[in-house]
Amino acid sequence: MNFDFSDEQKLLQQTARDYLAEHSPLATCRSILEGAEPYAATLWKGAAEMGWQGAVIPEQYGGAGFGYLELAMIAYEVGRALAPIPFGPSVFVATEAILRHGSDAQKSAWLPKLANGSAIGTFAFAEKPGQNAVEAIAATVAGGRLSGTKLPVADGDVADFAVVAAKEGGMLGLYRIELAGAGVARSRLDAFDPSRSQARIDFDGARCERLPGADATAIARLLDRAAVLTAFEQIGGADRALEITRAFIVGRYAFGKPIAANQAIKHRMADLWCEIEIARSNAYYAAFTLANEDPELPVAACLARIAAADAFEKTTIEMIEFHGGVGYTWEYDCHLFYRRAKQLAGLIGTPKYWKNLLVDRLRAAKAA
Amino acid sequence: MDFNDTPDEAAFRAEARSWLEQNAKPRTSLTPTISGEDLTPEIVKQSQAWQKKKADAGWACITWPKEYGGRGASPIQNAIWGQEQAKFETPPDVFSIGIGMCGPTILTHGTPEQKKRWIPKLVTGEEIWCQLFSEPSAGSDLAGLRTTAVKQGDEWVVNGQKIWTSGAQWCQWGILVVRTDPTVAKHAGLTFFVVDMRSPGIEIRPITQINRGQGFNEVFFTDVRIPDDQRIDAVGNGWAVSITTLMNERMSIGSGMGVGAIEELVDYIEGLEIDGRPALEDRQVRERVAEFVVKARGLKYTGLRSLSALSQGKTPGPEASMGKLVGGLLQQHAASFAMELAGASSALLDAQAPAEAAWQERYLSLPGLRIAGGTDEILRNIIAERVLGLPPDARADKGLAFKDIPTGPPKRG
Repeated sequence: MNFDFSDEQKLLQQTARDYLAEHSPLATCRSILEGAEPYAATLWKGAAEMGWQGAVIPEQYGGAGFGYLELAMIAYEVGRALAPIPFGPSVFVATEAILRHGSDAQKSAWLPKLANGSAIGTFAFAEKPGQNAVEAIAATVAGGRLSGTKLPVADGDVADFAVVAAKEGGMLGLYRIELAGAGVARSRLDAFDPSRSQARIDFDGARCERLPGADATAIARLLDRAAVLTAFEQIGGADRALEITRAFIVGRYAFGKPIAANQAIKHRMADLWCEIEIARSNAYYAAFTLANEDPELPVAACLARIAAADAFEKTTIEMIEFHGGVGYTWEYDCHLFYRRAKQLAGLIGTPKYWKNLLVDRLRAAKAA
Repeated sequence: MDFNDTPDEAAFRAEARSWLEQNAKPRTSLTPTISGEDLTPEIVKQSQAWQKKKADAGWACITWPKEYGGRGASPIQNAIWGQEQAKFETPPDVFSIGIGMCGPTILTHGTPEQKKRWIPKLVTGEEIWCQLFSEPSAGSDLAGLRTTAVKQGDEWVVNGQKIWTSGAQWCQWGILVVRTDPTVAKHAGLTFFVVDMRSPGIEIRPITQINRGQGFNEVFFTDVRIPDDQRIDAVGNGWAVSITTLMNERMSIGSGMGVGAIEELVDYIEGLEIDGRPALEDRQVRERVAEFVVKARGLKYTGLRSLSALSQGKTPGPEASMGKLVGGLLQQHAASFAMELAGASSALLDAQAPAEAAWQERYLSLPGLRIAGGTDEILRNIIAERVLGLPPDARADKGLAFKDIPTGPPKRG
């Protein structure tokens, strides 16, 4: 038994960490958060040169031809660095959708560009506030043209194309749409986490291409895979938030001793550490099922998604609390983590959605 | 990343399973019985017979050296044995303290003569062991213990009281930590012994728990004499020896906790209704169940990560404290939730309650699990200080000789 990443995978992770330490310090995240640029374009290009966007894209399409375990390690580091790039929506969802369900022509046209960073994809699913049930999707396709509104779409203002969930003849499918084309109106929206951009996209008879294999089951698996990879991104963020908090509370003195010596604080730090470890173990198991196309992926993805979102959020809440007043200032970095935790929890369905799904899947597994 | 056994591990597992299939029946219930609860002479005999059977076939004390009756096998093989044995119905285990804590402590700190004297009969189940650590005024602050031993010739004379000793009345031997020097700092004045539980001057009184169980005892020592050759390690080194015992305790109590109970919770809720509808259709119930399952599976996979570390020859560190901390609280919350869903029937401790009141029983037993072998609060200290490297809390006993440490007001009664 070896329920761990291999030495090669850990080496790849270290390389990613070193690269991000140099090219994506927290100041990079802050510059996007405070500035007009929607994402860190130089970092995005650099990441592509490292092979990250094309991690699981086969070499014949210009990818690195790694596996999902390698991509999970990269996702973790992207999360640790709060890298302000459209990584998750483009790599975990849009690239996956083309790779798994695209036609040969779609793959040949887009995978090389996704791999080398010259194209950004995104995923357009949600349409309005609330939980995003598949049944509620109102966007429709007729005669190769898609109409409807998607709100919000992560990176919708900068992506070259979107993979859009819509119904054709009442059946859910995925459709690829060029966002610079006719019939597409997109506007950037103020974001809760401005280091990651959000947009509204109105489609009015926009020309679209169906992804042939993407039926309802395929879409569910697509979201499962994205959930696992996003969990690694979240755990990366949670680990970094805990490390920063740890360093602060050890150095901060009150009443003549480090505040970390108080059980009121250290016990909550221990609880956070447990939360993160539970999330890490669930994510490791989910990564195993992902890498091996294991039938337990649907359950494991729910476990990983719920645990990672909760662990990241709880850690960032305590991060601000333990920093005290300075933690609430714009100048300190705590809010970068506090925002990112919620941003990632809102992508591809909030934990509430996945908890409900988990119970259905557990019951189905028991019945089988 | 690979969940499969290596070829060697698979061969060992097959051998273990084959022996178990020939010697035991498959388990039907997911939740193992809590050891040490309400033992009878009959149960103790069954437990000893099972231990003897395993020892004769080479399946007792897998990691212990062959020269003392063990198998001389690896920790991962021990874990595999544990996984396989858990699938079979076996008698309540009266050796969990002896094998889980006392044996490893003697193997680590004892002399070759001491190991030869005690370990083989522990392996074969001939002799049962208990642990004499906690005292009425020394629980979490174990090093504050007050039972004394004074040297007289080649013997030590022990006076004082121990408490929370599981199964003391069935035991031949106990491991005992006492104060041998009150004039030095508290951790420095302790010494570790093995005591014959049949010695004159030992009195054992069972304690009745909130669930009416009598798993624990008070043990009183009045001029009990222990030969010096039953001292483990040097005089004044008792704290280091005790730490070995405690780390083994937390690992054995913590392993795999709560996983089975939560799987049972899902089955239990399948059989319940809320307002005439299946309870599992209720959104709030579903979300709580999901949260429980996430924790339980997370603990299970954390256990697998620890096994992987064992498989690669690494030793699990203080992070092993997490299993008991998270698992104990998780099960208590789950039991509370199960009772809430039972509605008015939660008032019953009767077979007419759902699941024959099993969750009520658990709710009554779980506070003990969260205290035994290190309270949640102590475990959080361990994680905070030894995993996260946070500074210790300021303490009022630092640098003082034990005799000068402040104590509370005189006890009632």
